[in-house]
Amino acid sequence: MTGITKQFSGVLANDDVSFDVRAGEVHALLGENGAGKSTLSNVLSGLYHPDAGTIHIAGRRVELSSPRDAIACGIGMVHQHFHLVPTFTVAENIVLGEKRPFRRKETEERIRALGEEFGLPVDPAAKVWQLSVGEQQRVEILKALERQATVLILDEPTAVLTPQESETLFATLRAMARAGRSVVFISHKLDEVMAVSDRVTVLRDGRNVGTVETATTSPRELANLMVGREVVFSADDHANRPVIDRERVVLRTVDLHADDSRGRPAVRGVDLSVCAGEIVAVCGVSGNGQRELAETICGTRARTSGEVFIDGVATTGRDPREAIEMGVAHIPEDRLHTGLAASASVEHNLVLKSYRRPPISKGPLLQHRAIRKNAQELIERFGIKTPDAHTSTRLLSGGNVQKVLLARELSSDPHVLVAASPTRGLDVGAIETVRGLLLDAARRGMGVLLITEDLEEAISLSDRIVVMFAGRLAGSVDRDNADITEIGLLMGGNQ
Amino acid sequence: MIRLERRASFPKWLGWVIPIASIAAALVAGALLILVSGNDPLDTYSRILDRAFASGEALSATLIAATPLLFTGLAAAAAFKMGVFNIGGQGQFVIGTVTAAWTGLMWGDSLGKAVIPLMILAGVLGGALWAAIAGVLRAWLNTNEIITTLMLNYIAANLASWLIFNSRSYWRLLSGSGLQFPQGKRLPEGSDWPDLSLGSLVLPCGLLIGTAVAVGCWALYRHTRFGFEVSIISDSPEAAAYAGMRTKRKVLAVIALSGGLAGLGGAADVGNFRHVLDPKGLNQSGYGYAGIVIAALARLNPIAVVFVAVLMGGLSNAGRSLQGPDFPAGLVGTLQGMVLFFALGGEVLARYRIRRTVRIPEGVTV
Repeated sequence: MTGITKQFSGVLANDDVSFDVRAGEVHALLGENGAGKSTLSNVLSGLYHPDAGTIHIAGRRVELSSPRDAIACGIGMVHQHFHLVPTFTVAENIVLGEKRPFRRKETEERIRALGEEFGLPVDPAAKVWQLSVGEQQRVEILKALERQATVLILDEPTAVLTPQESETLFATLRAMARAGRSVVFISHKLDEVMAVSDRVTVLRDGRNVGTVETATTSPRELANLMVGREVVFSADDHANRPVIDRERVVLRTVDLHADDSRGRPAVRGVDLSVCAGEIVAVCGVSGNGQRELAETICGTRARTSGEVFIDGVATTGRDPREAIEMGVAHIPEDRLHTGLAASASVEHNLVLKSYRRPPISKGPLLQHRAIRKNAQELIERFGIKTPDAHTSTRLLSGGNVQKVLLARELSSDPHVLVAASPTRGLDVGAIETVRGLLLDAARRGMGVLLITEDLEEAISLSDRIVVMFAGRLAGSVDRDNADITEIGLLMGGNQ
Repeated sequence: MIRLERRASFPKWLGWVIPIASIAAALVAGALLILVSGNDPLDTYSRILDRAFASGEALSATLIAATPLLFTGLAAAAAFKMGVFNIGGQGQFVIGTVTAAWTGLMWGDSLGKAVIPLMILAGVLGGALWAAIAGVLRAWLNTNEIITTLMLNYIAANLASWLIFNSRSYWRLLSGSGLQFPQGKRLPEGSDWPDLSLGSLVLPCGLLIGTAVAVGCWALYRHTRFGFEVSIISDSPEAAAYAGMRTKRKVLAVIALSGGLAGLGGAADVGNFRHVLDPKGLNQSGYGYAGIVIAALARLNPIAVVFVAVLMGGLSNAGRSLQGPDFPAGLVGTLQGMVLFFALGGEVLARYRIRRTVRIPEGVTV
């Protein structure tokens, strides 16, 4: 690809980007969210048409104006969100859209053989809805291989995988490269890029800032290229820790119980307290009730029994509005669809909770001027990168989406901030910002309850770590005595 | 080669250009059709224009035809804004005529013109309560409102027919010619809604009320907390609930508002034009369904609904008065269908853009 430029409503998503992929290599595209990785891959897979620049495949210039053209040129794309029909079988999904007649037996055999060749075992006769996420991804890869893809593009393929599944995927990708195909691996995770790729192209602000051999580089060098400055990896700064006010317990739960969405007990008797200025991390393997705990505290999930006190005042827990008004801020796991209204403008999302009160509304009337002023202030204070305040929030990059959410939640000056996986899926620069904002919140006297699966994050950020297992608190460790092995054992249910 | 490519954003000017271009395209396609049928398109169009808009009388008749469409259009737009698909404008309109006619019959003699606000109130309440049946089902039992509102249309239609044809109800004329032909009682003349006359042009009272209501709807959605909540709920119900909005109540309120607007249309229809409960005429009118088309053409903008309703009213008015041996009877209906067809086509262009692409011949290296 040479000189690819693509502009969206005045924002340059790709600015004269050039890079080449050799046959038989795994080439990583590394960059922060919003650096232009996805745009570039969408150009390569025919979804977007570049404003300028050319694409050559095997020396021949090609014009890709639809995904069909790209497939015909041997480019296969595996999107972050799968495009499969859940009620169809694996084989049916793979040949969907092909023009030759469908012979079930023959097709299933062919797919089984293809799967074995590349280490992608999957039952061709199984229905897609029965498969795990990792298996569904294999189906997507097989679909591309079945169409004779010589260049396979994977957009953040590990975002949905467990560490073990990721390992298997990496082995497959390397096997494909050995077989002479090319793989473009898009990611913002340094360790993965180091583990799987032969060469790395780093994008920043839509520009190619360097292509390096993986063997001759280091994670730190890549991180600096990506962010454009020295990165502080840890928020571990003893001198500047927030001061904890032990006298003031801002969040306390007493024997809290709640069910999950299928009606099974998920939170089973949790006693927890967070003081002003304290950051408490709740660690645990996903699905042990952390998410339900957060939602119960914030009133978006009904409790079955127990009590929650905010700054000493008991809540009824029946209504999210009550929790909001008592000073509970909430960063939910699903930012773009629960924490924000994705299609609504940035300025409207910034008043999603304060629109009920002056100055944003007076009586039943909205004050558009106050909404605009609020947006201008917060965009500047939190450094949100957006073309303007009217832009749809879904058009922003992941890090900026999270900044919009944090800006709104923190600007209400709450007593408690409940943050569920606030850095998941973000790039290095945005993670640094979000962690800094959490520390700031504590410094300003909020109690922070941080739900995370990332142990390193928990240890570097929090004052205390509690481990949740099977709906109960399995143990509590102070930051100074934190030991990863011990916490890991607690997370696994070993006392 | 011509390809469709998805737009990253929706420019504001397109919101105006697309409906206008759709109507223009429909006229061009209609002209071809008229040509094939052996008539002169220009002549036909000039006659339609003449009968719909050219004189005070023509325009007055157009405005009468537009009034019910204005209300059902507003009703559909109000609900669709929140992603609530109230297809029941027709039934809510009919119930509005039933309740407003009852009020007029009951107090028209004793109260005179003072009954008009009561009729409006009765129409709004009738339509709103009728719609609220579907609203409660949708909000608390998660029943598909498209199906319930549609079914309620049939119930409303049959109810109105029963009142006149199969019962000895309060609405039915039980003396004189009513003994031979079942028909409704004429509302007392004192309750007839007044019109505003400007020379030869007559503005029906209902149309003026409808225009004011359209402005009110626009302000409600643009400038109030309620409107803000509606826009968030239509975008993401999860986010709305998370932010502490009472989404179920809002669903009910919006359906009731939509039904109330249709019911107000029913009140205007009976008070302004028919002066009698006329189930046959109502059931054949298709006002409720036309309202959905109008809301779609107006891109759910209440102010635009006013203009689209007048345009559509003009077409049906001209169609009615031009029908005859030298004028194809189905032509106006065909034109209306084409306008909708092209408007839906225009929606595609709103979301995608057309690109011409150049094919590079095989085997050429650049």
